[in-house]
Amino acid sequence: MGPQDISRALRRIAHEIVERNRGLDRLIVLGIHTRGVPLAARLAKFLTEVEGTPVPHGSVDIAMYRDDLDTRPTTPLGRTEIPEPIEGHTVVLVDDVLYTGRTIRAALDALADLGRPGTVQLAVLVDRGHRELPIRADYVGRNLPTAPGQRVSVRLDETDGTEAVVIEGPARTAPIDTAEGGDEEATP
Amino acid sequence: MNHLLTTEGLERSRIESYLDDAAAFGEVLRRPIPKVPALRGKTVATLFFEPSTRTRMSFEKAAKALSADTMSFSPDTSALHKGEGLKDTVLTIEAMGLDLMVVRHQATGAPWRVAEWASVPVVNGGDGCHQHPTQALLDCLTLRQRFGKLDGLRIAIVGDIRHSRVARSNIHAMTALGAEVTLVAPPTLLPLHTEGWPVTTTSDLDDALGELDAVYLLRVQAERGGASVFPSFAEYRRRFGMTRDRLRRLSPEAVVLHPGPMIRGIEIDAEVADDPRALVLDQVTNGVAVRMAVLYQLLGGDHVG
Repeated sequence: MGPQDISRALRRIAHEIVERNRGLDRLIVLGIHTRGVPLAARLAKFLTEVEGTPVPHGSVDIAMYRDDLDTRPTTPLGRTEIPEPIEGHTVVLVDDVLYTGRTIRAALDALADLGRPGTVQLAVLVDRGHRELPIRADYVGRNLPTAPGQRVSVRLDETDGTEAVVIEGPARTAPIDTAEGGDEEATP
Repeated sequence: MNHLLTTEGLERSRIESYLDDAAAFGEVLRRPIPKVPALRGKTVATLFFEPSTRTRMSFEKAAKALSADTMSFSPDTSALHKGEGLKDTVLTIEAMGLDLMVVRHQATGAPWRVAEWASVPVVNGGDGCHQHPTQALLDCLTLRQRFGKLDGLRIAIVGDIRHSRVARSNIHAMTALGAEVTLVAPPTLLPLHTEGWPVTTTSDLDDALGELDAVYLLRVQAERGGASVFPSFAEYRRRFGMTRDRLRRLSPEAVVLHPGPMIRGIEIDAEVADDPRALVLDQVTNGVAVRMAVLYQLLGGDHVG
């Protein structure tokens, strides 16, 4: 995916969010660190363009909600910034890549500590498959079939100075259900 | 094994990563539910062989805010009275199953010995007149919140430097972050040897006052003999106390810090302690966040980034 594809996908997701929720009443967009945060800001901007009303957006850091602190080093914590109380609101979580689902599981735990949203929906730029938990996205920019040994790397202007979605690593040779996940984007 | 025993030689990047994580945990502590599951299933033990109010409670609050369990040891109620030594006490508590120990001891170096015996991370919660690293980190966090950074800040540490582990830890942490530190004390309350320390020393507080960004006041540690080396508390206050008059002569942006416990009327006037420029309670609040960052990083394996 190039810069134009990313932009088009986010615009389409914005329209889908408006359609599904019949407007933007009490809607908050929250990006998951790291790359979900700029994506959430962009999505909020597109939503405002579609409906003409401002949409609050913020960020959630899920590092404190990881379930694998024993096995992986800690990484610097990001900021959790909630623009207004999420109580009773529709929260659209935004992440770059949906993979095992563990990041989203952690993000749902984080949300529960921040309040009790009316509805939580999930928007992702890329769904690469290989879920390990019963989680699915409500809005998907692009479905990218991948092998478990591969990495899906999303690069954004705000974090990386360039715009692209790239699949790295060996082509689809490994059987889908044998290799362990080694992806850095989607393992919380 | 990762320990946090001293700020001496701690790299700037390491200190900053503690402070960055502490800022994130500060946000957690302001939530309606100030608790995250990061250390669920871990047990943190506080072994305090010396009295403490804020440090022990601060570590326990930090552990609980990370969902860890806590155990505490205090000498008054322990088998120390029956003659058990430090090593056996430590090994006994460790054998019960724990993941991190916070050790405070009146003897310099005790946490290092504990770290040799223990198979879990050890945090120095204050040893003798030597080191108190988490206090220095929370002080640096408080200053960073106020000024954005410590680079170029002019800080005076005033009072009983000789007996102060807080001063020793802060000298290294503050200068590692780029601050200029001056020690202000009667010659009898300065350490015998400050050669090699990255500081200047003076006995004239009024001379230094106008230039300072922060004044860090220390309590005279009577229990360690600190009160026997000057004529009277009244004279100490006159020359080294942060009086109302001295507060007025500080620059308007300058702040006053104190690690507690404060003795109002000696090193700090009551009006100064209650002034908005005294950040004493911010220091206490930041203490919990900093200790969360320390527990989180030490229990999370090698830190990256």
